[in-house]
Amino acid sequence: MNRLILAILLGAAPISVSAQDFAITNATVGTGDGSAPIEHATVVVRAGKIVSVGRDTAAPGGTQVIDGTGKWVTPGLFSAVTDLGLWDVEAVDDSNDTSAEKSPFNAALDVATALNPSSEHIAVSREGGVTRASVAPMNGASIFAGQGAVIDLGQDAAIVMKPRAFQYVELGESGARLSGGSRVAAHTALRNALREAREVAALPVGAQRQGDVLLTRADAAALAKVIDGTQTLYVGVERASDIRGVLALKAEFPRLDLVLVGATEGWLVAPEIAAAGVPVVTMPMRDLPATFETLAATMSNVGRMKKAGVKVAIGMFMGMDQPRNAPQQAGNLVALTKIPGASGLTWGEALAAITSIPAEISGFGGKAGVLAPGAAGDVVLWDGDPLELSSAPVSVWIDGVKQPVDSHQARLRERYKDLDETYLPKAYDW
Amino acid sequence: MRETPWKRRLLCGLVMSAALVMTTQAADAKKKDKDAKSGPAPYSSTYKPYPGRPTALVGATVYDGRGGRIDNGTVLFENGKVVAVGAADLAIPAGYDRVDGSGKFVTPGVIDIHSHLGVYPSPSVDALSDGNEMTSPTTPDVWAEHSVWPQDPGFTRALINGGVTTLQILPGSGNLIGGRAVTLKNVPSRTVQGMKYPGAPYSLKMACGENPKRVYGARNQKPMTRMGNFSVDRQAWIDAKKYMDGDHADRDLGKDTLEGVLKGEILVQNHCYRADEMAQVLDMAKEMGYKVTAFHHAVEAYKIGDLLKANDVCAAIWADWYGFKMEAYDGIPENAALLAKQGACVVIHSDDENGIQRLNQAAARAQAAGRRIGVDVPDGQVVGWFTYNAAKAMGIGEKTGSLEAGKMADVVLWNGNPLSVYSRPEKVWSDGALLYDADDPKRKPVSDFELGQPGEGDVK
Repeated sequence: MNRLILAILLGAAPISVSAQDFAITNATVGTGDGSAPIEHATVVVRAGKIVSVGRDTAAPGGTQVIDGTGKWVTPGLFSAVTDLGLWDVEAVDDSNDTSAEKSPFNAALDVATALNPSSEHIAVSREGGVTRASVAPMNGASIFAGQGAVIDLGQDAAIVMKPRAFQYVELGESGARLSGGSRVAAHTALRNALREAREVAALPVGAQRQGDVLLTRADAAALAKVIDGTQTLYVGVERASDIRGVLALKAEFPRLDLVLVGATEGWLVAPEIAAAGVPVVTMPMRDLPATFETLAATMSNVGRMKKAGVKVAIGMFMGMDQPRNAPQQAGNLVALTKIPGASGLTWGEALAAITSIPAEISGFGGKAGVLAPGAAGDVVLWDGDPLELSSAPVSVWIDGVKQPVDSHQARLRERYKDLDETYLPKAYDW
Repeated sequence: MRETPWKRRLLCGLVMSAALVMTTQAADAKKKDKDAKSGPAPYSSTYKPYPGRPTALVGATVYDGRGGRIDNGTVLFENGKVVAVGAADLAIPAGYDRVDGSGKFVTPGVIDIHSHLGVYPSPSVDALSDGNEMTSPTTPDVWAEHSVWPQDPGFTRALINGGVTTLQILPGSGNLIGGRAVTLKNVPSRTVQGMKYPGAPYSLKMACGENPKRVYGARNQKPMTRMGNFSVDRQAWIDAKKYMDGDHADRDLGKDTLEGVLKGEILVQNHCYRADEMAQVLDMAKEMGYKVTAFHHAVEAYKIGDLLKANDVCAAIWADWYGFKMEAYDGIPENAALLAKQGACVVIHSDDENGIQRLNQAAARAQAAGRRIGVDVPDGQVVGWFTYNAAKAMGIGEKTGSLEAGKMADVVLWNGNPLSVYSRPEKVWSDGALLYDADDPKRKPVSDFELGQPGEGDVK
């Protein structure tokens, strides 16, 4: 009871807070759509949505006006293919719901059943400007990891925007190990599963399945949505030849809606990826031949794929690679434009790679990751160039709701700003 | 060329070696073992600086690594050594190449105090996984240099993207006492000896906390707990002291190493996350009579900045790694800044083949986190977090880590402020030899492993 009263007094009650109408004026605005930043611009948010953006936009009368002089504004960052909300401490197994090695199910697994809005990693990411994410499961004992969800990071209980948004399958070296020891086995497992799913989907109600069944009914039902293209299939793959193998799946399963995840050697087959119209989510700064399927790794991968016409998002923030570090990855791609022979991105393209493009790949094009009329009121006010190392969010709004700064990290920071224990131990400093 | 201290040491070693041959001819086996200890250091460095040209870097902003900043500065180096660092009016001797650094920045070569390049190289396959002798909780007898694969492509990436000229390779942290670390010059070489930093002291890698207790506890073996960790450590030190006081008739490689620590010849680099545990380790060091040089991965160092300062121990840390294991749950991005505020020694380290390419960026992030809570650490001091402070904590602060006359000419010319995400090394010199030049495709090393394979020599 006392705690509840305290929570209300502190304004931290876990009840839904209504969106503010506000305008940020005279800021440098990166809209996230790939264009260059606009100086002295205004962003207007009303009823949780972006209303207008631009230099000629005026703040409507009666709206709260925030002076953005000297500051930058961007859409909230969209973190594609992350494990946010699935673990508290990665190495503490009990707190980790990213994979299920001993489950009899795989494709049917649904991360929406585990996502925790109170995870510290969600709070820390939110403070870093991340407002939306696609959360993917990791593989257990199968090449199929299960179904991922799209979430928002707003501080309320309603975390899931779209459950079962995609299925994740792992091919390449780790897919080969998971399916019995070779890429041959992985492709056989994948095609067999999709065929079984197609057969199950085509059965009349109540009819028995044929023999030679490897998938549980639940897994087959999950994959039926992949076959008919109503659920996107994310494919973890790195090597150029493996990417070609994925693109070739469309010959047998023409309605597959594919997204490549990883694609470290994507630049070697960029025209083919572009021609297939398949987008890519990748982690761009990996430039080492960490495995034999990434021998051609280079930081120029993103720039070269983009140049060839591939839609590329920066993502795959998992484990120690925190989603709040997305701007650093993006900024590094801008840095490449100054290196002879390298391929990078313009500032606008780099911002798009961590905002609008991952939103589009996740099925939320025009609705998130962009400051455009009608899009969600996800706004980040930064104390400087958002891609620069010295910058950080000053304020973060999600759906027009200003978000609190109250993570475990923030509280530790406040407690240990000094080490003064003259009167009482640090345990009383809260 | 002036005779360098390491050359003197090498000559001294050769003389002693000759003496050793004569005495051992008539000696018995045990005596031979005993005397072998006083001979030249085995596996000694064969590193030789590559030729460079007398060079004057002019017009750039210079961070000297010791906190100093000179706008429109001049850096002169010749014969592998820094000759002078000064303002625009510093006279440039005849015969020097001028490199225009207008709009650019100069720092000492970047130094990583915590790397596993070579012992956990790329490709990271089992056949090359040589970083952790997890067969016993204490393995002071193993030396990381015996595992290093000089062809690891990670070395070249660290050079060209991170400006890393010196790095310490540590054995992994599964053991309480993991073995000897080795300090390397980041130069391509056919042998590890050809990379060994001349005259660098050895370090001993130790680990406290979760790793050793997890590895051995899972095998139902001591240590299974943190108290087990301390018990095994303390007994090892007690046994080492007994050995040290003995006649060394039976040579023990592990105890040789521990003896080196007790004598102050070998530094201690201690993997330790939690504040309370670091305090316990400091007490153990007092009890046993050794010194901890640096705590690595010290994510909770900010809770005991006063204690670390009082004990003259560096904290080698990441900018903001967080929450991946229980002992990292209280990590905060303000760690480095709060330590600096206490006057404690900060080193930014990588422990990562990707992170080592961006130590400057990690330091900038840590600086920015501090600035937001009102702890404003100047840029020059922040550059010291990944140059001089690292060198100091590796025992080579007298030779490298800063741009001062007489020091090794390990120098990076950055194409912008190294604390900006938009900047990269443009040229990197090691002992005055130009080993990377962004404008010269041939002035970029490609490891044997990469030859003829996809992506060979590509811009990385």
